[in-house]
Amino acid sequence: MKSRNLIIIVLVILAIAPQVLPTFQITLLNYIGLYALVVLGLVLLTGVGGMTSFGQAAFVGLGAYSSAYLTTTEQLPSWLAWSAGSPWVGLLIGLLLTAAVALFLGALTLKLSGHYLPLGTIAWGISLYYLFGTMSSMGGYTGISGLPSLSLFGVLLDKGEKIYYLIWTILMVAVWITSNLLNSREGRAIRALKGGQLMAESMGVNTFRSKMVIFLISALFAAISGWLYAHTQRFVNPTPFGLSMGIDYLFMALVGGVGSVWGALLGAGILTMLKQWLQDWLPLVMGGNGQYETIVLGLLIIFMMQRSPGGIWPLLVKLAPASWRKQNHIKITSSAAELPRRDLPQKGKLILEACNVTRRFGGLVANNQMNLKLHAGEVLALIGPNGAGKSTMFNQLSAVDTPSDGEILFLNQSLKGKSSRQVAHMGMSRTFQHVKLLTTMTVLENVALGAHMRGNKGIISSALHIEREEEQRLLKEAQYQLERVGLGEHLYTEAGSLSLGQQRILEIARALCADPCVLLLDEPAAGLRHKEKQALAELLKKLRQEGLAILLVEHDMDFVMNLADRIVVMEFGEKIAEGLPEEVQSNPAVLEAYLGGAE
Amino acid sequence: MNFQIATLLGQDGLTNGAIYALLALSILLVFTVTRILLIPLGEFVTFGALTMAAMQMGKTPKLEWLLLGLVLIDCALDIYQQIKRHIDRNKMKMVALKLGYAVIIIALLNNLSLSEIPMIAQIALTLCLIVPIGPIIYRLFFQPLADAPALVLLIVSIALHVTMVGVGLLLFGPEGARTQPFSDTGFRLGAVLLKSQTLWVILVSIFLIVALFIAFERTLYGKALRATAVNRMGARLQGISPIFAGKATFALAAFIGSASGILIAPITTLYYDSGFIISLKGFVGAIIGGLVSYPIAAIGAVAVGMIEAFSMFWASNYKEIIVFTLIIPFLIWRSMNSHNVEDDE
Repeated sequence: MKSRNLIIIVLVILAIAPQVLPTFQITLLNYIGLYALVVLGLVLLTGVGGMTSFGQAAFVGLGAYSSAYLTTTEQLPSWLAWSAGSPWVGLLIGLLLTAAVALFLGALTLKLSGHYLPLGTIAWGISLYYLFGTMSSMGGYTGISGLPSLSLFGVLLDKGEKIYYLIWTILMVAVWITSNLLNSREGRAIRALKGGQLMAESMGVNTFRSKMVIFLISALFAAISGWLYAHTQRFVNPTPFGLSMGIDYLFMALVGGVGSVWGALLGAGILTMLKQWLQDWLPLVMGGNGQYETIVLGLLIIFMMQRSPGGIWPLLVKLAPASWRKQNHIKITSSAAELPRRDLPQKGKLILEACNVTRRFGGLVANNQMNLKLHAGEVLALIGPNGAGKSTMFNQLSAVDTPSDGEILFLNQSLKGKSSRQVAHMGMSRTFQHVKLLTTMTVLENVALGAHMRGNKGIISSALHIEREEEQRLLKEAQYQLERVGLGEHLYTEAGSLSLGQQRILEIARALCADPCVLLLDEPAAGLRHKEKQALAELLKKLRQEGLAILLVEHDMDFVMNLADRIVVMEFGEKIAEGLPEEVQSNPAVLEAYLGGAE
Repeated sequence: MNFQIATLLGQDGLTNGAIYALLALSILLVFTVTRILLIPLGEFVTFGALTMAAMQMGKTPKLEWLLLGLVLIDCALDIYQQIKRHIDRNKMKMVALKLGYAVIIIALLNNLSLSEIPMIAQIALTLCLIVPIGPIIYRLFFQPLADAPALVLLIVSIALHVTMVGVGLLLFGPEGARTQPFSDTGFRLGAVLLKSQTLWVILVSIFLIVALFIAFERTLYGKALRATAVNRMGARLQGISPIFAGKATFALAAFIGSASGILIAPITTLYYDSGFIISLKGFVGAIIGGLVSYPIAAIGAVAVGMIEAFSMFWASNYKEIIVFTLIIPFLIWRSMNSHNVEDDE
């Protein structure tokens, strides 16, 4: 059975449910649908993007209150008089307002790392809740009642079983949009947010933009849910938009499985039903009628976090037969056009130059008056004993770090003030000393991330999957680069399951995918076997032939001496020698640095 | 606003600010040592206040059942682990000691006429009842997750808060409570009337802060905790047990939390769910201190108390909004200073 068939079965069950279930169950399903829509946004934000938000309920409230106010107020502002209190205009205004608020809050908090973001979301969650409660035009804590029902194509959706179809259709569209988005060029950038931001930036991804995009999407999902809620209940007050509901939404996401779109549905379903059931039974057991279900739910979450932090969905997936689990990979059609290539500079042209670069960390001088030049069609190796300052130099050359003095020129432009993303766009590509891969993504997807700058289709076309032609071209390029480095048979393997040597090679393929004119390689041969090293040397020679400029930081002398055209030797942050491999090998200063001088 | 109102508001602000400062300090302490943002700190505040209130009404606080339950689970786990490995005489003694402690506390609570004993005894009993809950909570809920990502710890912390609020409702009921002030006299300083409880709060807070400072600067255990905060792995390699550090900070947090509750119970009516907002204001202080600096956090927390008191006068409806939007400028300041893209976890 294919997962597609499974989805069809679920859809059919959902479609006939209102015909057979009693009203109470349908109301419950409506709530599950409304919650799932918010939780879906959280899956995108927290599960995929790695940003935790406790404030989603506030966005639900924005959506609900905008429409509630516009559809019930006696005096519409004159510029809105034409809308005549239509809920659909309410939706539009609600979405615009939410987007504006989310942009503002996102600009404030998304740059923050670690704990500040969740704490910030708690703060605004509380503030907006009190704001709903204190604004008298919004009915204060008593709320607004008498909201109109929605009507669609002349059908009045005034009963639970009628609005059910609207809620679940919107939810299914949202699921479709989300999974499309994740499965695209923009989606790869979003999935890189969790644990790969530095790498993504140096592949030309604007990570702040990606964060903002998913933050906006999750806020808009929440606002739509709030709008539906308001017109289902036909009454709003601040309670369902408070922080405790925000916490509940996050719990739903965690219980279901925060890493998968279907986890959102599962979590919303399980927690809503469980809560309902506990509210019925606990008072009988414990006496009184307090909200004792919170005790059980809290303990349940703690237990889940200790035992299965990924949620229930991954457990279900593990239980399912292997044939259901098989993922459908996009087939790469060979007819897809090739991506345009950059014109490489003429061989021998100066590409990258360090002029008197000094880098100080406090009192420590890591690089002192370093000079080096890299030309097109040349392999330059930077070698030196441990602690010589090679990595510092490498970081400055790749614009991760800025020199304290002196400057670095790339294609005659100073790198001062440039981010690694801008440098990537100018044509520099790099690998990392400590391999930076997205271990749960396939090899192909990892490499395709390198081609990010070479596509230009945006979020909307990704969400609707009308960018498939470009996607084919990007994937084809990734496949070509993988075949070129010899990983052609591992296209659909999880990147994390490759050996360390293969992972290093993968990084080179990814860097090549960006179509660079200069390639910076940080210890590419470390961890490679002899045959692999030979193959890598062959590849680099071929790239040199094509006119690429290659800078290499490496410890493996055999590898360096057989490959490099010129060598720069560093010790204690300074250049002690430069020249052809043979010259360097016989240079007394180099011999002393490596072998120690004769006392 | 005249001078008299200003002094009244100033006193209120200072009292609350002192409490927030205490909470901010223990939040920082727990965070730096264990990476846990202790959201449930507020529940220790309410537990402390409501236990005192129950005692003064002559009722046996039901919190004893929570202590007994937690101690039993803790000891059962100890014994289970020993059976699995080997039985250690010293550890068995510890188990007996823990059980004995719980039994003695419960016996005292049930046999003394709680409303008549001196207040200092009530306070001591309350602290003896609540403080052990801290380390047991660490052991049961956080110790298995010591190496988990910070996000997981935060979520467990929130879940624990939700659970403890429910437990608070179960044990103390929905009614609010207020306790008797420590002393009845007021002081007159020139034209200003000082409420005695205000003085108590400020004096005890300062005393606790100084005591903490001395403990961390001068004692070996304090230094061990500081070492853990600076570098967890390094401290571990020096033989400082992370489990010890976690339990010790949780005991301290439970102590400071419940002491704060006892201090403010005569001033404000507290309900089972009042703790969250109180601890969040401590968090605002801690965030102002950047989650690293103790003095700035303390000053920030006092500022939070003052702003809260004065916004009560100017715009009482918007009090909470003003306090919580207060952190936004600090967040902006942080985001302007955090230039690099960080790769956490």
